Amino acid sequence: MNSITTPTGSQISDDLARSLPGPSDAELASLHERLAVQAASADLLDVAYRTVDSPFGPLLVAATTEGLVRVAFEREDHDTVLTSLAAAVSPRILRSGRRTDEVARQLGEYFDGQRRSFDVAVDLRLVDGFRRTVISHLRDIPYGDTESYAAVAAAAGSPRAVRAVGSACAHNPIPVVVPCHRVVRSDGTIGSYLGGTEAKAALLAMEAAA
Amino acid sequence: MDPFEQVVAEHGPAVWRVCRALLSRADAEDAWSDTFLAALRAYPDLRPDSNVRGWLVTIAHRKVIDQVRKSSRTPQPIADPPELPSPDGIAEPADSELRAALGALPPKQRGAVVYHHLAGLPYAEVGVLLDSSEAAARRSAADGIANLRKSYLKEAHR
Repeated sequence: MNSITTPTGSQISDDLARSLPGPSDAELASLHERLAVQAASADLLDVAYRTVDSPFGPLLVAATTEGLVRVAFEREDHDTVLTSLAAAVSPRILRSGRRTDEVARQLGEYFDGQRRSFDVAVDLRLVDGFRRTVISHLRDIPYGDTESYAAVAAAAGSPRAVRAVGSACAHNPIPVVVPCHRVVRSDGTIGSYLGGTEAKAALLAMEAAA
Repeated sequence: MDPFEQVVAEHGPAVWRVCRALLSRADAEDAWSDTFLAALRAYPDLRPDSNVRGWLVTIAHRKVIDQVRKSSRTPQPIADPPELPSPDGIAEPADSELRAALGALPPKQRGAVVYHHLAGLPYAEVGVLLDSSEAAARRSAADGIANLRKSYLKEAHR
């Protein structure tokens, strides 16, 4: 044993690592923030995201330069959602508050019962065709109101496409802000929801009470 | 393909070690940002089976060289300026001695030590970075460590 006088390679690695430490959390956060700002001004930040507190746990909120592109509930698993955004939009994704600050603020007001409609640009690139027609119509259903799947199908110009409306709502990439929770079954039951039936019931109850 | 955020989270600290081992704090911050900005630009074209760590360290290697050139054009104090306390108020560790010893090594030895021992790259990749063979990279790292041992580590292990 002569480790005192002749340190081994791994000891040297350890010594170097200890003497030249990695960044502190605060340093890393400031490096990251600077990167996000530079990336945005170089037009390299294709998707910026953050999480927003909600009564149903954290919501993932992601925006392109065009607008809000995705809102995801915790039960959808945020890492999975980000990975699918990387494939569907661009892998140039960074956590960054700036682009999503405004929608985060409006969501906060909405969950506090202080806001009845969202005034943010949305990017509907994740939906096309009939689903897009349906999603676009959903924004016209007023706060506190509900519409049946059949009524939405009629409004979208395809009265018989009730199941397709259900499917469009189930795949709404921007829940809460695009209020698919306001679409319910004709028999009065609330129907399914990406965020869970309880979340849908809670949103409808909140809007009815406000 | 992983979201780029994951790349930064996974490799940001290692790239920082490389930059900071070779540069002053301010220059290391510039080199780190330049590295990840260049990486972000090229990222969609990265082959899926690429070694991301090696790719990033390769970019960092270039950005460190750019930063050294840039700094040598502007008047600089001879030594690193005294370190300011880090933002969370914890004093910097006394690493300047090792940094000085590292800075005194010939460039290939310094590169080999940093890229292998600090960034964890295998010698084959270190060789590519330093324009030499795997065996030469191994030798440079060994020579570098031997020199560091003479000038610095002897102190630390006494």
